[in-house]
Amino acid sequence: MTAREPMAMPSGLALCKHCGLLSKLMPTHETSYCLRCGNELSFRRHEAIQRTWALIVAAAICYIPANILPVMTSITMTGAEDDTILDGVVMLYATGSWPLALIVLIASVMIPMSKLFALAYLLVTVQRGSLKSNRERVQLYRIVEFIGRWSMLDVFVISFTVALVQMKPLMAAQPQMGIVFFAAVVVLTIFAAQSFDPRLIWDSANSMENRNE
Amino acid sequence: MPDNLVACPDCDLLQHVPLLPPRGKALCCRCGKVLATNKPGANERTLALAIGAAIVFVIANAFPLMGISAAGREVDTTIIGGAWAMWQEGNQLTAALVGLCAVVAPAGYIMITMVVLVAARRYPSAPGWVGELLHWAELAQEWAMAEVMMLGILVALIKIADLATVVIGLGMFAAGTLIALLAAMAINFDPEEIWTHVQWTDDGARLLANSTQTIDYREAKK
Repeated sequence: MTAREPMAMPSGLALCKHCGLLSKLMPTHETSYCLRCGNELSFRRHEAIQRTWALIVAAAICYIPANILPVMTSITMTGAEDDTILDGVVMLYATGSWPLALIVLIASVMIPMSKLFALAYLLVTVQRGSLKSNRERVQLYRIVEFIGRWSMLDVFVISFTVALVQMKPLMAAQPQMGIVFFAAVVVLTIFAAQSFDPRLIWDSANSMENRNE
Repeated sequence: MPDNLVACPDCDLLQHVPLLPPRGKALCCRCGKVLATNKPGANERTLALAIGAAIVFVIANAFPLMGISAAGREVDTTIIGGAWAMWQEGNQLTAALVGLCAVVAPAGYIMITMVVLVAARRYPSAPGWVGELLHWAELAQEWAMAEVMMLGILVALIKIADLATVVIGLGMFAAGTLIALLAAMAINFDPEEIWTHVQWTDDGARLLANSTQTIDYREAKK
């Protein structure tokens, strides 16, 4: 850091996460409340690093059964077939709609996994006090926040397939346990992204500056 | 010179936001986050869009999205039908999530936004519960996934199209319109503007705020 960049926390100012009002907050003060909206004030999101790690680990554990267990059983005249998420992608590809196969592959497999890696990378660099590419890391965080919802795609695909393909005994579709784990991965990664605080990325630069003084 | 100091919510940098021209916006000079916007008439537009979205939402949910026919039999489904099928097949957790993201959250977002916008028009200041509702609107917006649902429906349709004839229903067109209206609402909505005339928590808080140097750049702008 070349120029001195004043940040709110070292100046004793906290931004209300609820209404965006900037207030004075004493570091030693017990609990302060925002004068405008009455919500609790804090400099950073509460226990951001621990919470995000916990949610990432939980999501990573659920990611395994989400991909191994079948998400849906399709019953046709010729018999029943269990499909995992990847089977669904392969089936879309085989029926000739490769653009859709690609969209489902990205939304269901690549987005959840890259979210986990991206958040883990952000946490590790914050914990190591990295000073490099802060702007890029904030941008990475914004992408993670933005794309998270698209992982829900497969959950909707399965529900509407199940809702429509109900012509027993001709054909039927049933959801399987895999979709519960998959939905859990989506929800946990969304919570993980929300619990991380991007301001932590910039805190290490500030503490370095103080050390040098 | 009014003090219009703000802290960037993404990088905590303190900076002064200049007076913005109409349709102007201020970006954080360190991380590029949008710090303030000046959108004249934004919330009137949002209210109009919200009323439209409410009407379209009812149509999208009341009529079937699509149906399939095979071997002389027909099945159709509405939006909530997707969640209901999951529920009946014993997958209640997923059903609840689908119901939340496809129906409850969009409905909540539209309703709460309408209430907030109407209540915020009260003169001279909006009641304190408007602030609380704003928080709920934000929460509902995060979980409202109409656009993801729509893509999910399209993928499901293409998967099924091999097995049976697919018929598109009125609900589908309404759902498509709803997505556009929801997106337009999200772009136009300006919660900052509402916060400037929400009543503060305690009486005299404004005076206290001045003495403890609490800074609200919106207030300062006026």
